[in-house]
Amino acid sequence: MSATDFAIDVTGITKRFGPKTVVNAIDLQVRRGEIYGFLGPNGSGKTTFIRMLCGLLTPDGGSGTCLGYDVRTQQAEIKCHVGYMTQKFSYYEDLSIRENLDFIARIYDVPDRAAAVERSLVRLGLQNRSAQLAGQLSGGWKQRLALAACLIHSPQLLLLDEPTAGVDPKARREFWDEIHQLAADGLTVLITTHYMDEAERCHRLAYLAYGNLLTRGTLTEVLQSVKLTTWTVTGPALRDLAAALRGRDGVEQVVAFGNTLHVSGRDPARLETAIAAVRTPNHEWTRIRSGLEDVFISLMDGAKDNFA
Amino acid sequence: MVLKEFIQMKRDRVTFGMMVGIPLMQLMMFGFAINSDPRHLPTAVLAADQGPFARTFIQALRTSDYFALVRETNSEAEAQRLLQVGDVQFVVNIPADFSRQLLRGERPSVLIEADATDPAATGPALAAVNALAGSIFNRDLPGPLARLHAKAGPVDFLIHAHYNPENITQYNVVPGLMGVVLTMTMVIITGLAITRERERGTMENLLATPVRPFEVMVGKILPYIAVGYIQVSLILLAAHFIFHVPMVGSLLLLYAMALLFIAANLAVGITFSTLAKNQLQAVQMAFFFFLPSILLSGFMFPFRGMPPWAQAIGSCLPNTHFLRIVRGILLKGNGLAEIAPEIWPLLLFLAVAMTIGVTRYRQTLD
Ligand SMILES: Nc1ncnc2c1ncn2[C@@H]1O[C@H](COP(=O)(O)OP(=O)(O)O)[C@@H](O)[C@H]1O
Ligand SMILES: [Mg+2]
Repeated sequence: MSATDFAIDVTGITKRFGPKTVVNAIDLQVRRGEIYGFLGPNGSGKTTFIRMLCGLLTPDGGSGTCLGYDVRTQQAEIKCHVGYMTQKFSYYEDLSIRENLDFIARIYDVPDRAAAVERSLVRLGLQNRSAQLAGQLSGGWKQRLALAACLIHSPQLLLLDEPTAGVDPKARREFWDEIHQLAADGLTVLITTHYMDEAERCHRLAYLAYGNLLTRGTLTEVLQSVKLTTWTVTGPALRDLAAALRGRDGVEQVVAFGNTLHVSGRDPARLETAIAAVRTPNHEWTRIRSGLEDVFISLMDGAKDNFA
Repeated sequence: MVLKEFIQMKRDRVTFGMMVGIPLMQLMMFGFAINSDPRHLPTAVLAADQGPFARTFIQALRTSDYFALVRETNSEAEAQRLLQVGDVQFVVNIPADFSRQLLRGERPSVLIEADATDPAATGPALAAVNALAGSIFNRDLPGPLARLHAKAGPVDFLIHAHYNPENITQYNVVPGLMGVVLTMTMVIITGLAITRERERGTMENLLATPVRPFEVMVGKILPYIAVGYIQVSLILLAAHFIFHVPMVGSLLLLYAMALLFIAANLAVGITFSTLAKNQLQAVQMAFFFFLPSILLSGFMFPFRGMPPWAQAIGSCLPNTHFLRIVRGILLKGNGLAEIAPEIWPLLLFLAVAMTIGVTRYRQTLD
């Protein structure tokens, strides 16, 4: 695979704020046309990493390219071909939807601006609301506007920083359909999210904690990267049961999911021993395939010991 | 609630500093810098008579508190130019037959020409001049001439108040207001320009686009130049129709100079907005700049009444120079040549402020 097949190809990217290393030697390769999910707890450095990719921050260490341009020296070129959707809504609340789009189109020097603005209004279903002020829009519509704005200059790479935070499930679903459509048309998308169902819709995933990349790959690869065994249990007095399980040898995490508990550990034998000790006929135990969330929590617990 | 406010106040160092700094600055300016009885005003003497009485007279002026003799000349034209440019506040004309008339007891006329654009600056000195005359020749006029004292004084002072013969304060204040209004609005508006983008989060977006710092600056400045011109025009209209301020000089020149001044203030505002962390800080910085621009520029109090340190600060402020330009053009009919000494400080100021603004403006969030 040649270098140009990667939309993003960086190694050892590091960023420090004062004494704190916020992004620690991250390697990342994203193929063109791929939807790459970026996960990790708050403060793990996702936003900082994305900002380095799009030329908003200069890395303190590491090197690499974004769309073939050097992330350290060719920030100006990168900015022309990347659409970046910030975590916080960052368009002008006192301008209308159309005025915002028009402004962005002007800044990018989009050819045939009026048509481009019209196209993006139509495609995102915003044409009836084009005169509305951006500040009056609900979360879902703001997100649509932001997406429309970062697509207006036909970028080759979309960097979306928690685009679906605070957006209702239906709008989220539509948003993801749109993202898949864009990817099918050849756009590369790097997207950060906290939702597991969204993570599962990505072609590849990376998991970040405390600035360190803990795992990456396809969904299956990520699930297999931690040899985790998970059991679920249903029955009465789950809180007491959880308390009894925590701290037992072989039990690494006990997490409540509604009316069930997920109990996971890396060593199946020790986990089963631990479970046997608390087993009662009132509870129903089932072994399940570990989910992404189980894997991530396990990764993060491991990371806490190593880095925190 | 109160505690929370105090904690937040403590966190915002700049605001905290300003809260202490602004009263201190006001104290300094009102307490020490401002003097409504200006003395040692620069004066030129145009002496057509060099006789001993004339010398005594000049000597007396020299030792008086109000006049500082900076120039003796015998060219009428040069004296006029000094007055016009504002290098001197007064020209004292000693007539050719001063000594002879004095000896004959004819009460020679000494013409004092004053630059009366600012009546507050010239008033006290002119009031003092008559008192001065009475005492000058006490020793020099012996014997029979001593009787001259009994009368109105041995010398007759004619005062010619140039540029503002009726000593109308508005003639001085209204043109000065132009600089003050522009300083206030321009610095605050642009001071907020970039901090607002940062506070609302739109800055991150702007930085992620290929837009250049220069384009951002120009984009932020140009619309406000138009706003500034509207203000200038409004003040000129009011000056003409309401206050009947004379407009002797070229309005075109005035507008050209206003452009320079507006740009200088906008550059200050932009610089502030790159320094301020939030809008409140930007407003405070603007205020910090505005205060001396009113008090130390010669707008409210005569510039020459201030101690040297205050004059030095005043000389660094664009408003000080712009005031002189506006008053010069409107009241004195000054042209480009006469206002030239005030132009280069404005240019220098603009260049420095622009440089700081552009270098402080970051293209990244680093
Ligand atoms: N400009 C900055 N100065 C100092 N610290 C920062 C700055 N930006 C982010 N950080 C810190 O870096 C860490 C990672 O932040 P961020 O990249 O926003 O994480 P995420 O997007 O994953 O939630 C946080 O601890 C945050 O406080
Ligand atoms: Mg973030």
